Amino acid sequence: MAQDSLVEIRDLNFSYDNRPILSGINMTIPRGKVVAVMGSSGCGKTTTLRLIGGQLKPTSGEVRVGGQVVHELDADGLYNLRRRMGMLFQFGALFTDMSVYDNIAFQMREHTDLPEVMIRDLVLMKLHAVGLRGAQGLMPAELSGGMARRVALARAIALDPMLIMYDEPFAGLDPISLSIVGELIRKLNDALGASSIVVTHDVQESLKIVDYVYFVSEGKIVAEGTAEEMKNSTVPYVHQFVWGEADGPVPFQYPARPYGEELMASAVRRG
Amino acid sequence: MRALRGLGQRANARIWRLGFASRFLLAVVLHSGTSLRRLDLTIREIYFAGVLSLIIILVSGLFVGMVLGLQGYDTLARYGSTEALGVLVSLSLVRELGPVVAALLFASRAGSAITAEIGMMKATEQLSAMEMMAVDPIARVVAPRFWGGVISMPLLAALFSAMGIFGGYLVGVQLIGVDEGSFWSQMQASVDFRQDILNGVIKSFVFGIIVSWVAVFEGYDAEPTAEGVSGATTRTVVTSSLAILAADFVLTAFMFTGT
Repeated sequence: MAQDSLVEIRDLNFSYDNRPILSGINMTIPRGKVVAVMGSSGCGKTTTLRLIGGQLKPTSGEVRVGGQVVHELDADGLYNLRRRMGMLFQFGALFTDMSVYDNIAFQMREHTDLPEVMIRDLVLMKLHAVGLRGAQGLMPAELSGGMARRVALARAIALDPMLIMYDEPFAGLDPISLSIVGELIRKLNDALGASSIVVTHDVQESLKIVDYVYFVSEGKIVAEGTAEEMKNSTVPYVHQFVWGEADGPVPFQYPARPYGEELMASAVRRG
Repeated sequence: MRALRGLGQRANARIWRLGFASRFLLAVVLHSGTSLRRLDLTIREIYFAGVLSLIIILVSGLFVGMVLGLQGYDTLARYGSTEALGVLVSLSLVRELGPVVAALLFASRAGSAITAEIGMMKATEQLSAMEMMAVDPIARVVAPRFWGGVISMPLLAALFSAMGIFGGYLVGVQLIGVDEGSFWSQMQASVDFRQDILNGVIKSFVFGIIVSWVAVFEGYDAEPTAEGVSGATTRTVVTSSLAILAADFVLTAFMFTGT
């Protein structure tokens, strides 16, 4: 493993009920960098994050995080590794029975012996970093989608992780929240000296903040490079994806019998 | 042949699920250290499962006792032994109706709520988030709810029986006019602590395990969708109610046969 890489994925294959989801994935996430994994819905992006976090085991191949092969770790080893990871889920996954403050304090209370006074200071620092110190007393149900995502971001960095994973951080956000979350991902990564993996299909927002991009289609990496390289890519799938074209390698029509043939069959049935 | 194969597949799936549920119960018991070390987590669940079920338990207990008072008096009057009303009401409640009816109500009120809560936590990825924070959801979420239910159930059944006896007293003594001294003294003389009360407590403890086990398992195993959680909640009430009645028959056969 390269010295400056935090995550190394080699020849990763993953199948679910004999249905291949990921095939021959190779990725490198360098330390201190923000890397995007892009692709259309259902292409295996979130599965990749779950394999990195050890929530799934690969069919073959390996994921190394900080030099450790994730699927070979026992329960204690995996939990020790996860303490150094943060993850932002698609819709925040905030604990609905806890206030914003308690959501951020959750991991500190579970994993440290810090006194409550110090936890309070740390929680306020995290909330201040995402601009929501004033929302500490609110319950998750009282937050807008953008605020919930920022609180989840503050919770993901509660223990200053070495790796932060984002699962669709931009989904369903208004343009202002979108921009705020995008900037926060970049700033927090740099401030903490962490590495970040952003799984997204929001091209415009993510290309502004990431250092490197992997494009995944049907479980395979079809292109990779810097944001600028992806914008200028001539790979048909990447071009269609980046410029949001309705038709291309990803067809507009769901696979079906030829249109004329189906209409004729209907006419015959009607007599 | 196809029907037979379908039946076999369904039976196989049920047995597999029962095995999975048993392994899950074992995992809950093995991960109960957090519930014991951090009693505040379990006490919180006793509040949600037990204290918040108090109203329905007490009101139901009162009415069941009042009905027992009326029906019991009507039957006993035919044999001229209305002074035994206290015995009839108390034995019916502490041996049978208290544990069973309280458990059925508990399954509907608290069991369904536990399933829905855990199921929704799964559907909204809160359990996954907890796992990714290196916090075991079975230890942190499931075990405290399981033990909260197990501890609450015998207490609720006891309160149900007490309220029922009070209901029987109101109807029998205050309304109909059965002699108060006979009502209480015959009850005191006939109800045996070990044979009647302790067996009732054991029953309600077993029912508490059944309801809590079914509720946490169905919640944890629910499909992470609105329909999945709704189906799991229904299954909790149906499965635990049937299991309570079946277990009641088995326990009664062992405890009270020949007495």
